[in-house]
Amino acid sequence: MLEYLLAVGVIAAIYLLLTQGLNLQYGFTGLVNFGHVGFFAAGAYASALLTKAGVPMPLGFLAALAAGAALAYPVGLLSLRLRVDYFAIVTLAFSEAVRLAITNEKWLTGGVQGIPGIPALAGGFGVPLSNSMAAFLLLVAANVAVVLATRRLVKSPFGRLIQAIRDDEDAVAALGKNPGAYKVQIFVIGAALAGLAGAFYAHYISYIVPDQFVPLLTFYVWVAMILGGTGRVSGAVVGTLVLMGFLEGSRFLRDAIPGVSEVEMASVRIGVVGLALILLMLHRPGGIMGDYTSK
Amino acid sequence: MSLEISGITKAYGGLVVLHDVSMTVGTDALVGLIGPNGAGKSTLFAVVSGFTRPTAGTVRFEGRSLDRLAPSARVRLGLARTFQVPREFQHLTVLENLCAAAPRQSGERLWTLCVRPGRVRAEEEAIHQRARGWLEFLNLARVADARAGTLSGGQKKLLELGRVLMLEPRMVLLDEPFAGVNPVLIGEIAERIGELHRRGIGFVIVEHHLQALSALVKDLYVMDRGAILAQGSPQAVLADHAVREAYMGGVA
Repeated sequence: MLEYLLAVGVIAAIYLLLTQGLNLQYGFTGLVNFGHVGFFAAGAYASALLTKAGVPMPLGFLAALAAGAALAYPVGLLSLRLRVDYFAIVTLAFSEAVRLAITNEKWLTGGVQGIPGIPALAGGFGVPLSNSMAAFLLLVAANVAVVLATRRLVKSPFGRLIQAIRDDEDAVAALGKNPGAYKVQIFVIGAALAGLAGAFYAHYISYIVPDQFVPLLTFYVWVAMILGGTGRVSGAVVGTLVLMGFLEGSRFLRDAIPGVSEVEMASVRIGVVGLALILLMLHRPGGIMGDYTSK
Repeated sequence: MSLEISGITKAYGGLVVLHDVSMTVGTDALVGLIGPNGAGKSTLFAVVSGFTRPTAGTVRFEGRSLDRLAPSARVRLGLARTFQVPREFQHLTVLENLCAAAPRQSGERLWTLCVRPGRVRAEEEAIHQRARGWLEFLNLARVADARAGTLSGGQKKLLELGRVLMLEPRMVLLDEPFAGVNPVLIGEIAERIGELHRRGIGFVIVEHHLQALSALVKDLYVMDRGAILAQGSPQAVLADHAVREAYMGGVA
């Protein structure tokens, strides 16, 4: 049972890192990123490949951060020339391009066969714990650090400016500031967090294939953020926990509803999750914690 | 020292919105710019502030060509603007709106934010004080901690003026500061603009509210169909037959 709870906790914590990154980009700055999973994949593959080649795991994690950031820089520059909705489409296409690239570059990524036998976290960081316990504790530490850093950031002059950009970019330009420079910085930071989440994922799950990095993952992150309340640090945390609770808890529906086959159950489960989300958004359109408009 | 607009033409396809507009305004001026809807006043502001590229012509400010400068760079030279429809940062407080406008903040750079937190804090202190001073001046101190989106139309106009003042501009382009503002507040805004002008800030004001405007400015430009139709003292200009024809359809 503990192993099961830990497994759920680890996945939830990985999602939380992703949600926090997206919340910085969209919730606080207004950047619509529909390609979050692309940066997640980049981090996962970067750290997996390097550590398998003998690089120490902490460096692999740094490389994952750097991979997310490095890919985000050119994509972020595009945000300067594209309006909100067009940028959203470009990011979505970008994440699919990343997935197709890792599917096809077999010499590097193993193609559809993926990368098996990725070194485990516990060994890599030299902690005398089970892999899932090590992953869980490290992820909690990373998430707490990001929560605290984000809180400070959004209350700083920098945070004030990105929120001003979210409200009205042209007005920021009319004040003599360059909104583009800030948008790119935030986009890079959010993507670096996604890269970090990718490294955790790869070393926890030990086996990655391109099919794990589909756009659905990006949209789960969006759901988590909106569910909790966009543009709020607590919203990202609560939203992720509630969404993961829904997704995991609905596994037990089978025990509650008799006479439903295994296959039918999968559809019922997604249906129930969807219905619960709709009801919640109807009654709390700003999310559970309330979004930035209701602070 | 002046703002020189020379030969500005702006066409969208076959539609010519501005046709060879030229005007020179001293940076210490207080001038009005009037004209019927569609005369090209807001487009002229957009060209001068760099939000729209002209088809032809140049703009110079204090001897320097602005033609290749982005809007933000023009502001840094001391030429600021407000918008016809107020563009407050609606989810920030009134005080935060003004603070966000303060130029050259080290707390807006991630690096200094991390390595020089003490310096950032001291700077913030000074910025807050300056912002509170302007809020006091604009009679907005009461609503300093309210979200800007909750203000009335007139208060938003004052807020935009306050944000621009944080930039310490030489010259401000005001786009309809009296539009949708109640008469009492119009008087208050006009009085504040006059006071700022006495302190040395130049203003070019686009406005439809002729009564308040002509009481405020010394010099009035009239635009019609993309060109300057007349210029002079408010009394002289408003008595001009062609102006009446263009502006009021010859009724008055």
